[in-house]
Amino acid sequence: MKISQIQELLEAEVICGGNELDKEVSSACGSDMMSDVLAYVKDQAVLLTGLVNPQVVRTAEMMDMVCIVFVRSKAPTEEMITLAEEHGMVLLKTSKRMYEACGKLYAAGLGAKGVTV
Amino acid sequence: MSEAVRFHFTVDGDDFTSAGQASVQVKKNLRTLGIAPEIIRKVSIAMYEGEINMVIHAGGGEADVLIFEDRIEIHLCDNGPGIANIDLAMQEGFSTAPDNIRSLGFGAGMGLPNMKRYSDSITIDSALGKGTKILMTVNLS
Ligand SMILES: Nc1ncnc2c1ncn2[C@@H]1O[C@H](COP(=O)(O)OP(=O)(O)OP(=O)(O)O)[C@@H](O)[C@H]1O
Ligand SMILES: [Mg+2]
Repeated sequence: MKISQIQELLEAEVICGGNELDKEVSSACGSDMMSDVLAYVKDQAVLLTGLVNPQVVRTAEMMDMVCIVFVRSKAPTEEMITLAEEHGMVLLKTSKRMYEACGKLYAAGLGAKGVTV
Repeated sequence: MSEAVRFHFTVDGDDFTSAGQASVQVKKNLRTLGIAPEIIRKVSIAMYEGEINMVIHAGGGEADVLIFEDRIEIHLCDNGPGIANIDLAMQEGFSTAPDNIRSLGFGAGMGLPNMKRYSDSITIDSALGKGTKILMTVNLS
């Protein structure tokens, strides 16, 4: 699925990385715990989270993720946006809650493959 | 034998906002050096976990990354409280992190096990009241 489809499905606002929306992504994960993202994520390209701090962007960068979706209308700070821009990462913001946002993407075929338990 | 390439960082323990900066920089440097992506991934995650630990548990410290022909070494050194029981700390789920750390997205007790998983060897040298020294090695190829 393209990042642009994620944006449409979640009626999300593009905060930065607007020229990367054509990128293909094949799996995602949702978490507010960066510890778990670091421990369980393998090859997911997209992170859905309700947490807002610079470590969200840094953690995603460490895991080679390309897109972060902030749920519940959480807005990233200027510092986070600058960091994401440096890494060519797409930041999206949706008013949907975590459960619904993940469910919509999963139902549309964006799986969770690569999560190791 | 050529000299090792070395990166040094002081990790600020008073400002959580900056935690992880050194690891982000190391990842950038390793990319510039043309190191293989799988290796970069291992080094970055192992170092990032260690760097965050120095900030949340030890009030900051020093980090050194040395690149040799056959391996990359990550040295982390702090003057924090030390780890009372290393075997226990290495167990998944063991954490002494307070609630305010958990609300920042950390403190699941997964960091040290993850550092072991992503490095090819890890040695932890810790003394209560003195500090903690960690050496992680990632083999090249
Ligand atoms: N540098 C350090 N100085 C003092 N204690 C430490 C240090 N690193 C780890 N510890 C101790 O070891 C425990 C386990 O560390 P670990 O990284 O596995 O989990 P955590 O940091 O608590 O949570 P997470 O890494 O999942 O965010 C910590 O809770 C802390 O008590
Ligand atoms: Mg930790």
